[in-house]
Amino acid sequence: MISPPRLGAMSIRGKAVIVGAYEHPRREIPDRTIAQLHREVAVGALADAGLTLADVDAYFCDSTAPGFGPVSMAEYLGLSTAYVDSTETGGSSYLAHVGHAAAAIASGKCRVALVTLAGRPRTGGARPGGAQRTFDSPEAGFEQVGISSPVGNYALAASRHMHDFGTTSEQLAWIKVAASEHAQHNPDALLPNPVTVDDVLASPLVADPLHRLDCCVVTDGGGAVVVVHPDVARSLGRTGATVLGHGEAVKHTDAGRIDLTYSAARWSGPAAFTEAGVTPHDIQYASIYDSFTITVLIALEDLGFCEKGRGGAFVADGALRSPGGRLPFNTDGGGLCNNHPANRGGMTKIIEAVRQLRGEAHPAVQVPGCELALAHGTGGALSTRHGSATLVLGAFA
Amino acid sequence: MSALPTPTPPFNPEAAPFWTAAAEGRLVLPRCESCGHHIWYPRTWCPVCGSDDVRWTAVSGRGTVYAVTILHRAMRPWADAAPFVVAYVELAEGPRILTNVLTDDPADVRIGDEVEAVFVPLPDQPPDAPIRVIARFALR
Repeated sequence: MISPPRLGAMSIRGKAVIVGAYEHPRREIPDRTIAQLHREVAVGALADAGLTLADVDAYFCDSTAPGFGPVSMAEYLGLSTAYVDSTETGGSSYLAHVGHAAAAIASGKCRVALVTLAGRPRTGGARPGGAQRTFDSPEAGFEQVGISSPVGNYALAASRHMHDFGTTSEQLAWIKVAASEHAQHNPDALLPNPVTVDDVLASPLVADPLHRLDCCVVTDGGGAVVVVHPDVARSLGRTGATVLGHGEAVKHTDAGRIDLTYSAARWSGPAAFTEAGVTPHDIQYASIYDSFTITVLIALEDLGFCEKGRGGAFVADGALRSPGGRLPFNTDGGGLCNNHPANRGGMTKIIEAVRQLRGEAHPAVQVPGCELALAHGTGGALSTRHGSATLVLGAFA
Repeated sequence: MSALPTPTPPFNPEAAPFWTAAAEGRLVLPRCESCGHHIWYPRTWCPVCGSDDVRWTAVSGRGTVYAVTILHRAMRPWADAAPFVVAYVELAEGPRILTNVLTDDPADVRIGDEVEAVFVPLPDQPPDAPIRVIARFALR
């Protein structure tokens, strides 16, 4: 059994604020380099906050940043940095980055942290799953089983969940249905048309039991957020999201003892809730990383929004719809319908949570009076090794 | 029973005894002499208890299907082999192994099914190649 992460005595609760958030509006971008896209989203998020690149003293990126990670990007962007971090946990990296930025700000290492993500898998030919370097990894020789896209990996967890808990394809399909109903209000969404459960079930099986419409989109683009000291936030006069809690954890095959019924959210969620001093019941809006429908279902259970094994009944009851559901989720359409830039969905999860807390989501899907939100990412491969990261965010006015 | 167009795995010297045994049609795993766990994927020490006292140990090669998917689409070199089965097999000795269950009828492989190891020669390997045979599974 893997030990849960330990909670330290120090807390980042309330010690940093997301004051800038920007999602690249395009979904096919053949006319930009990846470095140019990092710069465009950086400038977009800083402008949203009322800041410029000259104000940045800390920079965070994952392996989508070209070259020598944060060193090359600091050079390209012309940054003077007192703090850099290139934590790589796949599509959950940016949620971890925000937590790390808050910790760095709380300890006085920096005051204005920039986090960027960009990539061009749709027109640039990158393989699904991003830039994982696998050939020289110690497991490489033992996992050449033909899973050339993450969907086959995630399908294994879906099969076991169905076996153990009676979860059905119809129930999984409700996750896509809710996302598609939200996406119809997003003019930038790649797939803006609502779909039905029957549409999902009628789409081709890609990796049994997952259908094509159980899978996220592949898009070019990116996004960025700016995390600052509360004193900086107050000086800017812009609303935002206070970082109340952060948790992260890695789950792996554990020397062969892997249990596919849960994800690392089992540990990252409680850590974030404990730090924030709130419970799942208090959350008014949730951004849940939706690489596949099963990713959402397992995360909902692990985060405590329903009992383990009851995720199917939870989502089939319309719980995820906004407005009106018990837990409105992914009101931008999520990775399933809106955007999954660089094959990594964590950044857009933060951005939509910030929109909700500002009251700037589309009016058709805005949660009334949204003051407490959660953003959660599952990066890597659910059925082998992945990193989960969870943020609890509060409205900053 | 269909073989799959599996490329030659990258050779990791840490796991050399695994491949030597596979070439002889035997499945061996590192077993920790300190805590008793069989370790997958193979390595020369025990990540469960931290011990360096591990011994390459023959296992039964028998197990059950723990999780299963039929891949209907795949990239090269597997593209033309689809549909085929990817599964976690839980060995009788404990560890869960990501593998293929080789079958002519992918829909016939279900969670809980009993399987056993099969040894598949890689084509065109010189006799001194470090990896000449891979281990997969088939329904019993």
